[in-house]
Amino acid sequence: MCSTVADKVYTIVDRFRDTPGSLIPILHAIQEEYGYLSRDVQAMVASELGISPAKVHGVVSFYSFFTEQAKGEHEIGVCMGTACYVRGAADVLEAFQNQLHIRAGETTSDQRFTIGMTRCIGACGLAPVVTINDDVYGRLAPDRVPELIEKYRRQ
Amino acid sequence: MYRAHVLVCAGAGCVSSRSRDVRDELVKILGERDISEEVRVIETGCIGTCDLGPVMIVYPEGVFYQKLGLGDVAQIVDEHLIRGRVVERLLYRAPLTEIVTEKMRDLEFFRRQYRIALRNTGVIDPESIEEYIARDGYMALGTVLDGMTPDQVIQEITASGLRGRGGGGFPTGRKWDFAAQAPVGQKYVVCNADEGDPGAFMDRSIIEGDPHSIIEAMAIAGYAIGADQGYVYVRAEYPLAVERFQLALQQAREYGFLGSAILGTDFHFDLDVRVGAGAFVCGEETALLNSIEGNRGEPRPRPPFPAVAGLWGRPTIINNVETYANVPPIIQHGAKWFSKIGTEASRGTKVFAMAGNINNTGLVEVPMGTTLRELIYDIGGGIPGNKRFKAAQTGGPSGGCLTEDHLDTPMDYDTLLELGSMMGSGGLIVMDEDTCMVDIARFFLDFTRDESCGKCNPCRIGTTRMLSILERLVSGEGQQGDIEELEDLAVFIQETSLCGLGQSAPNPVLSTLKNFRSEYEAHIRERRCPAGHCRALISYTIVAETCIGCGICARHCPSNAIVGERRNPYSIVTELCTKCGVCLQECPVQAIQKR
Repeated sequence: MCSTVADKVYTIVDRFRDTPGSLIPILHAIQEEYGYLSRDVQAMVASELGISPAKVHGVVSFYSFFTEQAKGEHEIGVCMGTACYVRGAADVLEAFQNQLHIRAGETTSDQRFTIGMTRCIGACGLAPVVTINDDVYGRLAPDRVPELIEKYRRQ
Repeated sequence: MYRAHVLVCAGAGCVSSRSRDVRDELVKILGERDISEEVRVIETGCIGTCDLGPVMIVYPEGVFYQKLGLGDVAQIVDEHLIRGRVVERLLYRAPLTEIVTEKMRDLEFFRRQYRIALRNTGVIDPESIEEYIARDGYMALGTVLDGMTPDQVIQEITASGLRGRGGGGFPTGRKWDFAAQAPVGQKYVVCNADEGDPGAFMDRSIIEGDPHSIIEAMAIAGYAIGADQGYVYVRAEYPLAVERFQLALQQAREYGFLGSAILGTDFHFDLDVRVGAGAFVCGEETALLNSIEGNRGEPRPRPPFPAVAGLWGRPTIINNVETYANVPPIIQHGAKWFSKIGTEASRGTKVFAMAGNINNTGLVEVPMGTTLRELIYDIGGGIPGNKRFKAAQTGGPSGGCLTEDHLDTPMDYDTLLELGSMMGSGGLIVMDEDTCMVDIARFFLDFTRDESCGKCNPCRIGTTRMLSILERLVSGEGQQGDIEELEDLAVFIQETSLCGLGQSAPNPVLSTLKNFRSEYEAHIRERRCPAGHCRALISYTIVAETCIGCGICARHCPSNAIVGERRNPYSIVTELCTKCGVCLQECPVQAIQKR
C-alpha cells in the first residue's frame, strides 16, 4: 500500500477517533475519498481501531452503500422504489442494460459506466427516476436512455 | 422592506426538476431589471406538489406558478412583478376539469389539508434559524424549560394521544415515560430518519424543509426523560437532508438552543447526525441502535426494550421524524387542542406521500380518519388517463393493499390493521387497472428478501422460498398448490421471525391473496395475467383487418420481430418478440392486440 493512501486513511481515522461508534463514519469518509474500500484499507482501519479485520469486513459487506470494487466513472442508479416500479422502472433499467451491454451491478469494460439499482430516493412524484452521479432525471422514458448515455460519454 | 416575496420550492422533487436553475435565473433577471432590492427570493423546503415542479409562489397575492422552465422566469418578472399582471398560462390547470386556479390556498390539493407536522415545510427558508423563530420556533422549548417539570411534559404528550408516526403507532407519551422511569444516568434520545419504506418521503421533506422543528422536539424529549445526548440517524440516500440538518445544528448551537446551559437553565443537550449506509432493516429500532454503535445493523431480541437498555445499553427513546415534528405544537397549543383533531384512537393528523398512478403526486397532511376516496380523488385528482383505480398500497413492504371496496373507510391506525394493511410511515402508492397484483407481491418479496439481514432463519430462508414461488407464478410456471404453500409459509414466517421486518414481510402476499385471489388463480390455472402485465403470459398480435400496412410498428420494433410489406398487413414473429409493447404505443390505427 503506498504511503500517501495510508496517510490519508490515518488522517480520517484520527478525525473520528473520539466519535462513539466511529467505524461507519470512517468507512463513509474513506469511500468518499477513494470510491471503494479495498481489503488493504479495511485491514488498516481494523488495526488502527484495534478491532479484527473480520469485524470491519462484516460491516462493509452488510451495508449496500459500501463497495469493495472500484465503480465506473459515471454511476447510473435506477430507482427501484415502489412508485418508480409501478411507473415502469423495470423497462428503464432494461434500456440501460441493453444500451451498455452490461447487467445491473456491473461496470463497462472501459470503466466508464456502472449500472446500479437504488432504493427509493424519495423523489416519487417524478417516477420513474434515475440518478447519474449527482444528477437526478425524473419521468424518464426508456427511449431517452440513449441520448442520456451519449451526454455522459462525451463528458 | 420588500414589496414582494417569491418562494421557490427546493424540495428534493423540485430540485430534481431543476428548480435551482429557475431560482438562479430569477435572481439574475431581478438584478437585470434592477428590482433586487424590492423582491426577495426565498428557497423553501418541499411544498408538496412534487409533480408540478419547479413551482414558485409570489406573495403578497399568493399566486401559484407551476412546471416552470427557464424561459418562463422573465415573463413572471416582467408581467407579474413589474406590471402586476398574473401570467395565466403558468397557473395550475386541473387535469379533468381544465379549471385554472390562481392562488395557492384555493388549490384543492392544499384546501383540504391540515398542516401540523408540515406547518413550516414549504413556507420558510430551512437554512435560516431566524425564519423558524419568527414562526414561533423554539417557543415550546422555552415553555418547557421555563416552568414545566419533566413529568408534566410527559403528561402533556400522553394526554395529546400522539402515537408513533413511523409504523407501529405506539403511544409516544408512554414510550417517554418508560425511559423517564429508568434509573438516573446516561440516557439517549434518537430520531429515526431511516425512511426506508419505498414511496414514503415525508421524513425527508421535514428534515429538508424544517430541520429546527426536529432539533427543538428532541431537546424537549431530552429534558423529559433526562438525556443530554441525541442522535439523528439519516439514510445515506438523502444527502440534502444531512447537509441541511448539519447546518441547522450549527445554528442552534450558536443561538444557545443546544449545548450547555440552554436558555440560561442548567439543562444540557446536544445532538449528532449518523448517516446510514443502505440497509432497510436499520429502520427497525434495535437494528438502528446497532448501526449507530458502528456494527452490522442486525436487530436485537426484545425485551429488553430500548427504553430500558438501548444505545450502548443505556435507556433510549427512538421516535420517527414526523412524530417529533408534532411535539412543539402540542406543547405550544396544548394536548386538548391536538386531541380534538382526528379520530378517537388516532389523534392528530397524518402525512401521506401519494405516488404511483395518481394525478397529483406529492405530500399531503390530513386529519386522521380522512377517507381513501378523499385522498385519491379530491386531493390527488384521480387516476391519470381515466383509468380505473385498482388498489392502494399502504405501509410499504410491511403493509398491504386497499381496494375499491375500501375507498370510503377512514384512514387511521386501527382500521388499516383490521383491513390487513397498516399505516406504516404513510406511503400511499396508487395502482391502476394495468397493475398486476401478483407481480406487486413479487416486487415486495424481492425487496424484503434482499433486505433481510440474514440473522434469523424464518426470514432469510422463508422470504427466499416465497419469492421463488412468486417468480414461478409471474413467469407462467405456477403449479397447483402454490397458493396454499404461500399461505403456509406466510403464517410460519410471521410467527417465528425475530424482528418486524420478517414478521411483516408476508403481509403484501397475504393482503393481495385476500383481495385479488382470482388473479393468482388465473396465473396458475389459465396461464393468464388479467392485468396484461406479466410478459411471459401475454402475447401481441396484429389484427390484419385493421392494419393499414404503414410499417411504423416494424420500424420501431427493437428486435425486428415484425415482418411484412408496405400497404399489406404486417405480422409479428412470436419467437423474436420480446413483448416490449412499443408497437402497441406506436400503431396509429390500434391494430395491435395484447392478450
